[in-house]
Amino acid sequence: MTANRTEPTTPLLQIRGINLSFGGIRALTDVGFDVQAGSITAVIGPNGAGKTSLFNTLSGFYRPDSGSVQFKGQDITRTPAPRRARMGLGRSFQNIALFRGLTVLDNIKLGRHAHLKTHVLDALLYLGRARREEAALRRDIEENIIDFLEIDHIRHAPVSALPYGLQKRVEMARALAMQPSVLMLDEPVAGMNREETEDMARFILDVRSEWGVTVLMVEHDMGMVMDLSDHVVVLNFGQVIAQGTPQSVQNDPEVSRAYLGSGDVRELRARLQAAATVRRAA
Amino acid sequence: MMAMDWGYLFEVSLTGIASGGLYALAALAFVLVFKATRVVNLAIGEFLMAGAFLFMTFAAMWSMPLWVAIPAAVLACGLLGAVIERSMIRPLIGEPEFSAFMVTIGLSSILVGLAELIWDPEQHRLPDFMPTQPIMVGEAFLSPKVFWGAMTAVVFIAAALLLFRFWRGGVALRATASDQGAAYAMGINVPRVFSLAWVGSAMLAAVSGIIVGSIGGVSSTSMGVFGISVLVVVIVGGLDSVLGALVAGLLIGLIEALASTYLGGEYKLVATFLVLVVILLVRPYGLFGTREIERL
Repeated sequence: MTANRTEPTTPLLQIRGINLSFGGIRALTDVGFDVQAGSITAVIGPNGAGKTSLFNTLSGFYRPDSGSVQFKGQDITRTPAPRRARMGLGRSFQNIALFRGLTVLDNIKLGRHAHLKTHVLDALLYLGRARREEAALRRDIEENIIDFLEIDHIRHAPVSALPYGLQKRVEMARALAMQPSVLMLDEPVAGMNREETEDMARFILDVRSEWGVTVLMVEHDMGMVMDLSDHVVVLNFGQVIAQGTPQSVQNDPEVSRAYLGSGDVRELRARLQAAATVRRAA
Repeated sequence: MMAMDWGYLFEVSLTGIASGGLYALAALAFVLVFKATRVVNLAIGEFLMAGAFLFMTFAAMWSMPLWVAIPAAVLACGLLGAVIERSMIRPLIGEPEFSAFMVTIGLSSILVGLAELIWDPEQHRLPDFMPTQPIMVGEAFLSPKVFWGAMTAVVFIAAALLLFRFWRGGVALRATASDQGAAYAMGINVPRVFSLAWVGSAMLAAVSGIIVGSIGGVSSTSMGVFGISVLVVVIVGGLDSVLGALVAGLLIGLIEALASTYLGGEYKLVATFLVLVVILLVRPYGLFGTREIERL
């Protein structure tokens, strides 16, 4: 699997020149980066940097004002969200968006929904295809996803009764049930304790190595980002201020200024604008 | 103290529960739309009216055979639902829920007006299609129309529940009801779910309108009155609860039958609304509704 990653291949996701604004507020300015197949790519940045806006643009919730998103070599900039999900973009949400009132198993099964084929008559009679398809789906999910994420003991529990960390895990399970080629995780370990964070980190590594799924995540936990990622993209005020290996990003003065602050927002903004003009000129 | 005639009470209760089945079917049509789209459809009674009038047109005026006229009326009403969703409800996605609510008030006036233009404001009888053999349950007599109407309602409710549970579209609908954003990201086509809900609801309403119309006739206003009772049923049951619609349907049917028999016909609606007031005081979200549902 490492051999794959070192070969120069077309990136699975190519994001180019994304501009997104809400009224007068520019959420994203000229954002561009690649997500290589088989990589774990992390998007980091201070609060309000535009990370979730970027995620929503990639999964089709927002239409960018300009720029393009290419997935598996196809332009998906104007593709509606459900179609992107079927093409293999699975995601979780920052504020858990599980189907409350349904059980863990039902939630996960819904992830596969877009791939099912049952028709009205099959369902009315609950014969043949509907039954076979549902049984196969259930077996597949129980054997692969539920065991894999170690949520066997709660599979029949209603999701709303679960602790936060487990809900996050169920959301990841549901995203995996979509059989994605890119798994997008929005803050997978936010609000988790050490132990839960380590479990989640292990799952993310296993998803990549055992399933061959590419991971794109937004995360605040620097320890985890630096340990897991192959490629880190740093956003600040809606702009990419640095990207590269965890090592190079960590040593980037611009990044530490964005995180630690320069003491003066106006000064920082002026510096960013200057940097942007330099990049554009280059 | 007046001696109680238990046999008579049983007969009245039976009729009440059977008519309650019709409330339950119409309430299901309402809940379908509310669950999926969060739209309070005040025009539910007018959808019943449309179904009944379409059936009358196909069967009596164009003399189609019944087995064609009934499905044709149901399908035509489904089409009406699709057109209304696309033209009046879909443009309001993202607007406050209250806007759609107001639109359905307008919609009910439009439908009544159209019905009076196309047909007329008079009371019409629908062609008879149900068996006329009286139904006896033990000693109790049950009007054959009410009995067969209730049976039909049971069949359609069961079919709707099966579709809800096992059909992809039904599952998509439940998911959309629970979290639109998440459903959208799971690959569920939310706008299509919206139109599916309206079509399904209009078709259920048509079935229920045809039955109600063949029991008591149909006019441009009679179904509106039935629709008010249906609204009481769904509020009592909990706006977003299928189980609530079924239980409250039977309950309201029973209470109306008892009140109009023992207190007099003029107390029928009084009793219904009394139940509504009590339920709203004790459980504002209805018997089985989700707690965070907004009060109306």
